[in-house]
Amino acid sequence: MEREKLLKPGTYFMTGNTAVAEAALIAGCRFFAGYPITPSSDLMEHMARRLPQVGGIFIQGEDEVAAINMVLGASAAGLKAMTATSGPGLSLMEEALGLGFMLELPAVVVDVQRVGPATGIPTLGAQGDVMQAIWGSHGDREVVVYAPSNVQEAFDLTIDAFNTAEELRLPVIILLDELIGHGYGRLRVPNLDEIRIVDRKKADIVEGYMPFKTHVLVPPFAEPGKGFRLHMTGLVHDERGYPVIDRDATERLLTRLLLKVRANRDRLVSYEVYPCDGIDKAEVMIVAYGSIANIVKCALKRLKAHGIKAILFRPKVLWPMPDVELCKSVESYGVENVLVVEMNYGQYLYLVRAALLHCPTPYRFVSITPGFYPSPKELSERILRVLS
Amino acid sequence: MSSKIELPPTYKDIEDLIRVDRLPTIWCPGCGIGIVLKTLLRAIKKSDIDVDRHVIVSGIGCAGRVSGYVRLDSYHVLHGRAIPFAIGIKLAKPELEVTVVSGDGDIVGIGGNHFIHAARRNHDINVVIVNNMIYGMTGGQVAPTTPRGARTTTTPYGNIERSISIPLLAIAAGATYVARWSVLHVDHMMNSFIKMFRHKGFAVVEILSPCTLFASRNGIELLQLYEILRRKCKIVSNPDPWESHIDIFGDKPIILGEFIEIERPSYEELVWSSIRG
Ligand SMILES: Cc1ncc(C[n+]2csc(CCOP(=O)(O)OP(=O)(O)O)c2C)c(N)n1
Repeated sequence: MEREKLLKPGTYFMTGNTAVAEAALIAGCRFFAGYPITPSSDLMEHMARRLPQVGGIFIQGEDEVAAINMVLGASAAGLKAMTATSGPGLSLMEEALGLGFMLELPAVVVDVQRVGPATGIPTLGAQGDVMQAIWGSHGDREVVVYAPSNVQEAFDLTIDAFNTAEELRLPVIILLDELIGHGYGRLRVPNLDEIRIVDRKKADIVEGYMPFKTHVLVPPFAEPGKGFRLHMTGLVHDERGYPVIDRDATERLLTRLLLKVRANRDRLVSYEVYPCDGIDKAEVMIVAYGSIANIVKCALKRLKAHGIKAILFRPKVLWPMPDVELCKSVESYGVENVLVVEMNYGQYLYLVRAALLHCPTPYRFVSITPGFYPSPKELSERILRVLS
Repeated sequence: MSSKIELPPTYKDIEDLIRVDRLPTIWCPGCGIGIVLKTLLRAIKKSDIDVDRHVIVSGIGCAGRVSGYVRLDSYHVLHGRAIPFAIGIKLAKPELEVTVVSGDGDIVGIGGNHFIHAARRNHDINVVIVNNMIYGMTGGQVAPTTPRGARTTTTPYGNIERSISIPLLAIAAGATYVARWSVLHVDHMMNSFIKMFRHKGFAVVEILSPCTLFASRNGIELLQLYEILRRKCKIVSNPDPWESHIDIFGDKPIILGEFIEIERPSYEELVWSSIRG
């Protein structure tokens, strides 16, 4: 019955925000708590309308802090849960993202980026939340950060995001920006049977259950109300979930939590090299992601007309970073110049720089004024200027 | 691991609900929180709800440690955020009996906004606020509940702020069951706990609990603080919430009682009935 209410296979024309919401429902999301903020409110409004139709719960919280903590509570109770916000809201949610990491609660947080800092420009997109998405919480918490660059990818990566959150039991972040969130695009929805859906592994034996005991990085999950009598705390804890102040226990817990992402890095990394065929040498490799990558794609043709052979290296997952792959591509294409293009004043740039540490290829940076998308012509002219 | 601790015989009836392997507690000698803990566990035993359906959620603070000592499904979450976390659980699994136990600073200070709106929406959860009138865990700073004039580490010359009255706030915001007792009023406390489990809606039980830090910062002995409570607390039937401000050193009585008990559909009831159609 619920299944019938999900988006039917077929081809659609919709916004990125709607695609994320519909993908979430297909992935099994049955809880959404949010707080209005441009440019993500329409995603929330879509969920408010759609969730009850599939037997899910929607609630608008009193603020983003409430929203994310409700999401974590619902996840602790066994539901797949999500929230959506923009930069200011993500800032408010960061403490709870650390809690979700510590309690090993799956959750999906969508950040439809706008211009910051502070209130910035609410209606215009930007890419200024990369650092706060990857490292925004205090302490060492690691998340997976997805950066779709079109409507289809917004859909596909949302499914992936839920699957990763469930499989690794951690919060993950989807970074959209206003242009992708509100821009319309083509979406092909396959048969539901063709979509891989992962559910968290559940504990079945009550006797001797320890909520944080595992030999495989991710402990089985226990729901409340089933007699497990489990305890979870945001304090550093042992396998029973009891707080401890002990070096070995601290090391064991924190490294295991971080290894969920680090040891699965090869599986999580995702990127595109464009154009994918017909090129074996390139003087310039542009690193870009999200909506800016689309403009770069168009700009490549203009660069070609100016006699510059350039390719795009586009991470679809910003973290974990495809650093090894980036270096390999630089080598295999004989790249002479790496150019990072982002709509901020240098964030992913730092990661690219670190990735190229042992690579003699010089790198440069094109910063795009947050909020003001350049035309392919403008962008290619700026790139030419930087290269000359 | 510390050596094994045995509970005194008077705790036998609730031993299975205590994580004995976590004892001793972190609480100072003479702290009132332990009284709240054992009364809550006895109330859980007496409630007609299966023990396994009880869930405890705490924020951060001395009172927030309650969740760590109960052998129940329990979550010790962020400072101030126990209420939204508990709401998430309750919305997801309405068959659970979800109780928040935390400090006054946690719930009406940093978590004040959540408290107001949870009361307004009448979420079907219980909130036990252990009010020690100070930020205990962090060493005795001023709390929103600290009475005017009281000394704390951050009000060394006396508190100039007006304190908040939890019953008044809860009622104004829309809570549908509100009671206040002290740790000296164990039977009443127990009664209110059992009532809040039965109550369909946002139930608030405030428990006044002497804190050794509060006493020492104000130049009195902890036992004197108990004595002040014993002397000043006055049980009133149908108390006026406007009379509920606590003036610990003055001569006004401290009003205890059940401030409100009304029926209003809970958020969970409404949301689930709309989903089920
Ligand atoms: C975001 C955040 N801010 C501050 C703290 C530090 N902190 C821990 S407990 C506490 C106050 C607790 O006071 P209260 O809720 O009254 O509980 P009590 O310890 O008195 O029982 C504070 C400020 C924290 N853990 N998290």
